[in-house]
Amino acid sequence: MSVYNQNRGGIIQIIIGTVFFLIVGQLVSLQVVSNKYKLAAANNAIFRKIIYPDRGIIYDRKKRALLENAISYDLVVIPNEAKGVDTAALCDILKIDQAEYSKRIVEAIIKNTRVKAGIFEPFLTPEIYAQLTENLYRFPGFSLSERSIRSYPYNTAALVLGYVAEVDVKFLKEHESEGYEMGDYAGMIGLEKNYEPVLMGQRGVKRFLRDNKGKIQGPYEKGEFDTVAVAGKNLYTSVDVQVQQLAEKLLQNKIGSAVAINPKTGGVIAMAASPGYNPNLLTGSKRRKTIGRLLLDTARPLYNRAIKGQYPPGSTFKPLGALIALDEGLITPNYGYNCFGSYGACGDPRKCEHHNAGHAANLQLALAYSCNSYFLQVFRMAIDNPKYSSAKAGYVKWKEYMNAFGFGRKLGVDLPSENKANIPDTSQYNKDFGNPKYWNSCYMLTLGIGQDRMTATPLQLANSMAFIANEGYFYTPHFVDSIESETKEEAAQLAPFRTKQKITKIPKEYFDVIKEGMHDVTVFGTAAVIKVPGHEYCAKTGTAQNPHGKNHSLFVCFAPKDNPQIAVAVIVENAGYGSTWAGPIGGLLMEQYLNDTLTKESQLKADNLAQVDLMPEAIKNWYVRNNKSAYITPIEYNNDELSDVWDMEMLAEGVVKTKTTDTNPPTPLPNTDKTNKDSLLPNADKKKKLNP
Amino acid sequence: MASNYDNNFSKGTDLAVIVLYLMMACIGILAIFMVEYNPNTNWATSFISGKTSYSKQFFFLIFCSFVGIFILLTDSKVFTALANILFASGLLLMLATFLIGKEINGSKSWIPIAGGFNLQPAELCKVFTALALAKFISKPETDFTKIRSHLIAGVMIALPAILSIGQHELGLALVYSAFIFAMYREGLPPMILVILLSFSILIIATLLLEPTLLAIILSVIAGLLLLYLGKRFKRNKQGILIILIIWMVSISTVRFAVPYIFNDVLECYQTTRIYSMVGKEYDCGLNKKAAASLVESGKKSRKPDDYNVKQSKIAIGSGGFWGRGFLKGTQTRGKYVPEQNTDFIFTSIGEAFGFVGTFTFLGLYLFFLFRLIRIAERQRSTFSRVYAYSVVGIFFFHIAVNISMTIGLFPVVGIPLPLISYGGSSLLTFTALVFILLRLDADRQMVLR
Repeated sequence: MSVYNQNRGGIIQIIIGTVFFLIVGQLVSLQVVSNKYKLAAANNAIFRKIIYPDRGIIYDRKKRALLENAISYDLVVIPNEAKGVDTAALCDILKIDQAEYSKRIVEAIIKNTRVKAGIFEPFLTPEIYAQLTENLYRFPGFSLSERSIRSYPYNTAALVLGYVAEVDVKFLKEHESEGYEMGDYAGMIGLEKNYEPVLMGQRGVKRFLRDNKGKIQGPYEKGEFDTVAVAGKNLYTSVDVQVQQLAEKLLQNKIGSAVAINPKTGGVIAMAASPGYNPNLLTGSKRRKTIGRLLLDTARPLYNRAIKGQYPPGSTFKPLGALIALDEGLITPNYGYNCFGSYGACGDPRKCEHHNAGHAANLQLALAYSCNSYFLQVFRMAIDNPKYSSAKAGYVKWKEYMNAFGFGRKLGVDLPSENKANIPDTSQYNKDFGNPKYWNSCYMLTLGIGQDRMTATPLQLANSMAFIANEGYFYTPHFVDSIESETKEEAAQLAPFRTKQKITKIPKEYFDVIKEGMHDVTVFGTAAVIKVPGHEYCAKTGTAQNPHGKNHSLFVCFAPKDNPQIAVAVIVENAGYGSTWAGPIGGLLMEQYLNDTLTKESQLKADNLAQVDLMPEAIKNWYVRNNKSAYITPIEYNNDELSDVWDMEMLAEGVVKTKTTDTNPPTPLPNTDKTNKDSLLPNADKKKKLNP
Repeated sequence: MASNYDNNFSKGTDLAVIVLYLMMACIGILAIFMVEYNPNTNWATSFISGKTSYSKQFFFLIFCSFVGIFILLTDSKVFTALANILFASGLLLMLATFLIGKEINGSKSWIPIAGGFNLQPAELCKVFTALALAKFISKPETDFTKIRSHLIAGVMIALPAILSIGQHELGLALVYSAFIFAMYREGLPPMILVILLSFSILIIATLLLEPTLLAIILSVIAGLLLLYLGKRFKRNKQGILIILIIWMVSISTVRFAVPYIFNDVLECYQTTRIYSMVGKEYDCGLNKKAAASLVESGKKSRKPDDYNVKQSKIAIGSGGFWGRGFLKGTQTRGKYVPEQNTDFIFTSIGEAFGFVGTFTFLGLYLFFLFRLIRIAERQRSTFSRVYAYSVVGIFFFHIAVNISMTIGLFPVVGIPLPLISYGGSSLLTFTALVFILLRLDADRQMVLR
């Protein structure tokens, strides 16, 4: 009866064959064609644990650790496993509300998916940590993870050392090939940033087999593919932590900067910028609270004025102006200028502080008394040098010298975002005054006394002192002297710091004259009241006019006079006379470095100086308005943007405004001698000369 | 001829099938071993201790071998004689599970027996149904060209299937559709196959397309058919009527029947699985049962994901062409695939041995099935042939559905991979199926009634 159905057996075979064919087809697409399942399996089952090596330590010149590593704990959560959590208790411990809890869970999911551990609360305080360890069993899915953070035993050098922070998307893009991942930490400013690859070390990767619950089953392939973490290397810097601390202390309640360099090596001994901040405020749990405050502060405490602030050098430029004229053969050390209290050769007379005849009878005396007329004359001679065809050519030569001295260019210090400040280009003057044929030395006359458009960073000023101290060369200023077990590449990185920068060929005898003059400054000149016990030193004060308020107080120096070991530049913004504020700070820094201690008297002086509040009113008002304590303080007006604005205003009006300066600033220090005043520009504006 | 009457089971027994059976069972134990393998414990000791699934499966296999030998030693007439009684008692057992059953994995289909083992009557009922169906069709008074016979056979199959659905064993219930092979071989009009195929296409289309759009498409097709065939049917109003009826049925299926089944009959997770197969998400809020349980428990509705299939595909896909090697599969080692030693055992083979392994494995199965068909075709008695095709159907259905669901071609329904998946009931069922067939085949010259 069913014989006629026999062919149906064949049909059934065909049906079965077809279905098998379909299955094989799908298997081909799954196993042979597609690659995504292999990746998915690897993501699933192989847990890559990154082993973070300890970051390198940064030491000062006496091997004292400027920063160290400390252990902190993060509360991490695997969202998928966070079920049945006693959220009320957890929120209570962390002092957050339910909404914040849900928000953070969602954040963790977005950042690290549901199955991977994400940070719920970073940097637990010891109290919260203790509470959590006791109660952790009530919070399934939560765990505590160890993390190494920085700590700063000396609470100092925040801007130099920089900080580490979580990398952002931009950072990841810029360092794509370097293996950073979301959630990693990297140096963001300062040495931490500059030496990031050295300090970071090499991260190790351990691969584990992980089961469906995220539980680790054991090493993958017996650890065959694992790499070992290599600890970051230590940095040995030239910083002297005591000088650094002293510099920061002396600059308290002021806006300004101090830089000290060892001229023999170019190593930076101290670099302070004020207002600064305690570096410990930016580690661990404190960071969250502090960073916003620091970023918003109108005084810009995160701004390293020592390498970014642009200040008119004022009289501190004078020794260099003299050097140029000497080397060009325009003057001899015996050259004198008959100054009677003003310089009138360019029309409108420029005021000089000294009236007594013969105060500029020769270079040495002119330096000691800081005679404006003398150096204006010397500058004019350099620009209108008969050797060169025009004022323009003379100016170009003059600028060449300035660049050789380290001005108007980046020095190449091992900190990120150094500013080159400004030695104006001829094009700038061409723009202002039209065709180069029509301008001469009178047009930028005050460059001769470190004003006009000349600006320099405190680092450049300190470096110029090292240049004079060394009599014709300097080493590129730097912090890091050596790296622990230096490799060839690292040695190459440090090589520029170990080569002499000798660009000028100024003979020694000219330096001797300058040094003598600068020594006279400290004996009977503008800095006669400032002494360094046990040492003869050379210095130059400066009181620089600026468009933003009271004069800046400047002081540059090096010591000892013979065999110099420290070169210093100090700037206190809007403080007044160089000898009143910046001078004593410079003296104390030298004393601390050379004697490794301060005398009782000096200690007292230092304590007094630290108390003095020279914060500009505008900034104080800002603090009052914004309800902030003045611990981290005031405004930054000498920044790039503002000086650009200033330049633009100038161009727009075709005038250079020089603000009326306080001729009699309050002098709280009792030992300030009224005679130790720096030269001042006349109050008259330049309008007449600019538009003849 | 005379020798075939001997009860010596080696005579006339198809050795190839026995060899394939043993190979499959051993591959199964190996696959389970890969799933359970733990590098931290000595596998030999854990094997002997008998605590692991693979050692249990090994003991099951020994037990099943005895059962197989026992079957081969029986008289084939026993099966024709007992077919109906066994079927009836099987149904009774299934009914009994509603009273004394034990719930495992959400389905109350197990009867606890001694030694911590549980028996699933629905599994065994497959064998009994196959025998009963063979018995019915082979009866001299049955004319399988008649609709009446088809209906009776359909009811016989439907009874255990409905009971299985009652036990929340959708997979097992679906297996009963495998008897269509045997029925088709015995004279079921192919039209029924065509209708079933069209119907399943219609259901898939319902899943994929918007109901309104599908209704329009169906109407257009009906309209075109009427236009085209209009002339031929001019005098035949019946034809037009048939087309209209089909159109009505299709539309109502799309608009009412399918949504009703998905939203009111099936559980939320089942509908989700079906939807996920075509790459769509199902909103459980539409599901009445889910809604009811939600109201009960007061919880928010959660979207169940197709985690199983995803992980299973990853496991098989990560095997690549050559596989990751014996015991080297990370998906398997990490226990990512749920139910891996039962329903998803194929993933363990796929990951370890890759495409080469799965292809060979499928080849073995295919060879096995074709061998069974060959055996079926050489039977003289209808009883043996119907039974043989039932076995082919059951095996094929299990293999096709199980593997298809692990590679995402079919929604996940819990049915084991024959002879491979861990489980005593399942192994016993397939052993019985195969060895009864071998017993009948040994007596293929006899005409059994």
